Amino acid sequence: MPPSTDLLQGTLDVLILKTLAHGEMHGWGIASRIQQVSDDVLQVGQGSLYPALHRLEYKGWIESSWGASDNNRKAKFYALTPVGRKQLRSEIDQWNRLSSAISLVLAAPKEDFA
Amino acid sequence: MIHELFTRLGFLFRRRPANDLDEELRTHMEQSIESKIASGMSPEEARRQAGIEFGSMEAAREQSAGAHPRSWFGTLQQDLRFGLRSLKRDRGFAIVSILILALGIGANVAVFSLVNTILLRPLPFKDPQQVVWLEPAEKAGGLSGSTYSSDAYDDLVAMNRSYSGVTGYFAFSSPNNMKLTGNGIPQPITGIGVVPNFLDVLGIKPELGRNFLPGEGKMNAPAVALLSHAFWKTHYQGDPNIVGKAISVDEKPLTIVGVLPQSFDFGATFSPGTRVDVLSPFSLDMGRNWGNIITLVARLKPGVTTQQASTEAAVLFPQFYNNKKYPHSKGDYGPAVATAIKEHVAGQIRRSLYMLWGAVAMILLIVCVNLSNLLLGRAATRSKEFSLRFALGASRSRLIRQLLTESALLSFFGALLGIGLAAIIVQWLAHQGSVALPLLSELRIDTTSLMWTVLLAFGATLLFGVMPSLRVTGGDLQSQLKDSGPGTSEGRSHDRLRNTLVVSEIALACVLIISAGLLLRSFLHVMDVDLGYQPSQAAAIALDVPNLKDEPRYAFYRNVLSEVSNIPGIQSVGLSDNLPLARNRTWGAPRIKGVDYKPHELQPTFIYIATPGYVKTMGMHLRGRDFAWTDNASSENVAIINEKAARFLFPNGDAIDHKVMQNDKEIRIVGVVSDIHETDVEASSAWQLYLPLTQGWGEDGAELVVRSTLPADTLGPTIMQTLRKLNPGQPAMQLRPLQEFVDHSTSPRRFFAILVAAFAGTGLILACLGIYGVISYSVTRKTQEIGIRMALGASRDVVLRDIIGRTLQLAAIGIIVGSIASFIVAQSISAMLYGTQPTDTTTFIATLVLLLAVALIAGYLPARRASQIDPMAALRTQ
Repeated sequence: MPPSTDLLQGTLDVLILKTLAHGEMHGWGIASRIQQVSDDVLQVGQGSLYPALHRLEYKGWIESSWGASDNNRKAKFYALTPVGRKQLRSEIDQWNRLSSAISLVLAAPKEDFA
Repeated sequence: MIHELFTRLGFLFRRRPANDLDEELRTHMEQSIESKIASGMSPEEARRQAGIEFGSMEAAREQSAGAHPRSWFGTLQQDLRFGLRSLKRDRGFAIVSILILALGIGANVAVFSLVNTILLRPLPFKDPQQVVWLEPAEKAGGLSGSTYSSDAYDDLVAMNRSYSGVTGYFAFSSPNNMKLTGNGIPQPITGIGVVPNFLDVLGIKPELGRNFLPGEGKMNAPAVALLSHAFWKTHYQGDPNIVGKAISVDEKPLTIVGVLPQSFDFGATFSPGTRVDVLSPFSLDMGRNWGNIITLVARLKPGVTTQQASTEAAVLFPQFYNNKKYPHSKGDYGPAVATAIKEHVAGQIRRSLYMLWGAVAMILLIVCVNLSNLLLGRAATRSKEFSLRFALGASRSRLIRQLLTESALLSFFGALLGIGLAAIIVQWLAHQGSVALPLLSELRIDTTSLMWTVLLAFGATLLFGVMPSLRVTGGDLQSQLKDSGPGTSEGRSHDRLRNTLVVSEIALACVLIISAGLLLRSFLHVMDVDLGYQPSQAAAIALDVPNLKDEPRYAFYRNVLSEVSNIPGIQSVGLSDNLPLARNRTWGAPRIKGVDYKPHELQPTFIYIATPGYVKTMGMHLRGRDFAWTDNASSENVAIINEKAARFLFPNGDAIDHKVMQNDKEIRIVGVVSDIHETDVEASSAWQLYLPLTQGWGEDGAELVVRSTLPADTLGPTIMQTLRKLNPGQPAMQLRPLQEFVDHSTSPRRFFAILVAAFAGTGLILACLGIYGVISYSVTRKTQEIGIRMALGASRDVVLRDIIGRTLQLAAIGIIVGSIASFIVAQSISAMLYGTQPTDTTTFIATLVLLLAVALIAGYLPARRASQIDPMAALRTQ
């Protein structure tokens, strides 16, 4: 089994928003998509996926509707709302700022810490 | 943010099928299995792997539900349901707590309504903060000393720069000064003459009809009037077509031009404790030679402060004429000050109201302490329940929340009942028409009071609920589960907390009782004041004076007096135009001819124009002789003077038989009487001069005074019959015991003293309950310990003494703390005391004895129970 990474709650929210940016998707689709895109590094446990989805829905960032899946099964589809789209942009900005800051710290030559 | 809030709120009201999530999760599971089969796993292995990946279905469901905005309310609902159930189970506790809370909150809401009505709520005028009251900076000489003449009024109007409007009213109208005629026995009503622009300056719009017109203040203008709302409702059944109708007053037609709004009660604002039925325009010209008659009220121009107006008044008023006919009357007035009307109306009782507010705040504190104690006791018996819930996975915050919800429930029911209680108290207070407190009749529970109640209930919940809930859930809940059994006694820290609460309760009660004691003693001192006359067994009734020339009028009075004195049971009768503690007026002081007095050396003198028999009937002490009917227009002018004036005018010898000058007439002093309290029971007396009615001084009304052992109620109708026989114009007036005037004057003090005493009593009962509760609880908890001690040889007496000793120890600490606090509180209310020192030893010692006695009783009952414990039974049962 590939090593699973604990996802911070906020990070999971961004990942879901980003995944949904390509179009509406159901829960299992989101989970497998994240797993696939991250080369199996990020495995989203269902126990955290659904609370996160519902939380985002209550915040008004995504909305849900019942539809038929590829193999014609009844499934609940999630899609970004305009507010969610805006939120995604600001979350990505924030993430970029944070990760570049972290890389700067990690890439700093040893003597800087002397 | 806002958007998010609304989205969340939207979900609160959206129904969500319960199986929604289940179905979603099932789909997920199935898809997972399918994808695993597609990648080559066997169906069983795929199902197993998917199950492992998925984890607990239940946990996912719970977390999802927790994310729902409604979950918070769900918990609340659960807590409420559970709280209600547990209160229902513990009915005795719930009822006692709710009753105690209702008492505390009810008293607080009632007093707040009082404070709100009298101090906080603006008067029903337009921009009331701009309306000011004008009066002399140095007041002396009763009403005459705080009013102004028509000419002074005109001067003020012409010369001021501060006011957009100046108005006033005739200050000398006595109650029942008019009679409603034309319909059987004339009915007395009270009318006040106002300067025609009065309502316009105050900014009061009549409910019906119109305000007075400027021309209606001219002499001989047609008589018009505005009715008070209450008078219109009671006398004319709220007739909507009343405007324009003429009623008959004093046998003359009076046209009603309007009805005052319900919000404006002249009496409530300007003369507390009296009823005013109609307003009519006052003619300044008619009163031009009557001296000081007008109470001045004015509206500041926008931007002008009260301070600026006072500065102006200080220089302006000394330039006014009392009467332009007499040039030397310029400069009769000293500097005046402007006071905001609200300050004038309510300023004097502000302190008393704050004191009352403080007293009820203490009651609420005692209530909260009591409830804290009750909750602690109850929580201790529930500690196992909490330990168990904790062990089953409830978080501490969840338990605290549960306990606070229960406290809030108690508060809610307590506040509900409290409002009911407050409504009854307020209703009762509003109908204390004879209490001379401003705006009392306007008292009601309004939105502000309701909001205050909510705030109080909330604050009380925090006060009494937080501490016990922290206490109970704090510490090691698991060890409690293990050993809170019968084997152990209560922890010491728990005991100490409860003891602290009882001590603070006793201390608070102590402060309340000492304050109430000081106020009650002051009140008793006021009741004991020698008024200079004997109000008991004397009563007065206002006579209707027929429109006759001097001599026939004197004959009429003489006839009335002799007829009334013939009524069986009447010991003596007399008549005066003014009575002490009722309306009053002052004139310039009598002086000895040829003596030059320094300015302000002579005091304004209260004038009573009286008949023979008046001094005796009033029960005044007289040296020299009374007036006689032979003192008349053709005989020498005579007068009776009071001790104070006599002492000043004749410092070296008796005043009797000496002559003084009064109103440019020479008069001989024939008697000296005791000083009477003319305006206020608590103030000292000024100079007083009695003049014979029959010597043409111009009496201002006629009050018949009778002395009799019969009660006024039985005497009244007989006297009324006699008066109506002699004068068919006599309206149906009431015979009022003189004590009523005294009571009216002391009513504010009585009002506050009784209320504070009632609160102190409540505080004492609550403290008593607190002591009883704690001692009785500790006895129950220590049953086994006591059993062991008795088995080891402690006698019943020792056990009894031990517990009573502990009670008294708590009481003593409380009393010491309370007494120290009382010293400080007593200093702050010293201005409200009369003839009583703030450190009054009697009050302090009496309170000490009272509290110790109460503590003894409260501790004795549980102590007796403890001493009767059967050691064998105690050891066996536990």
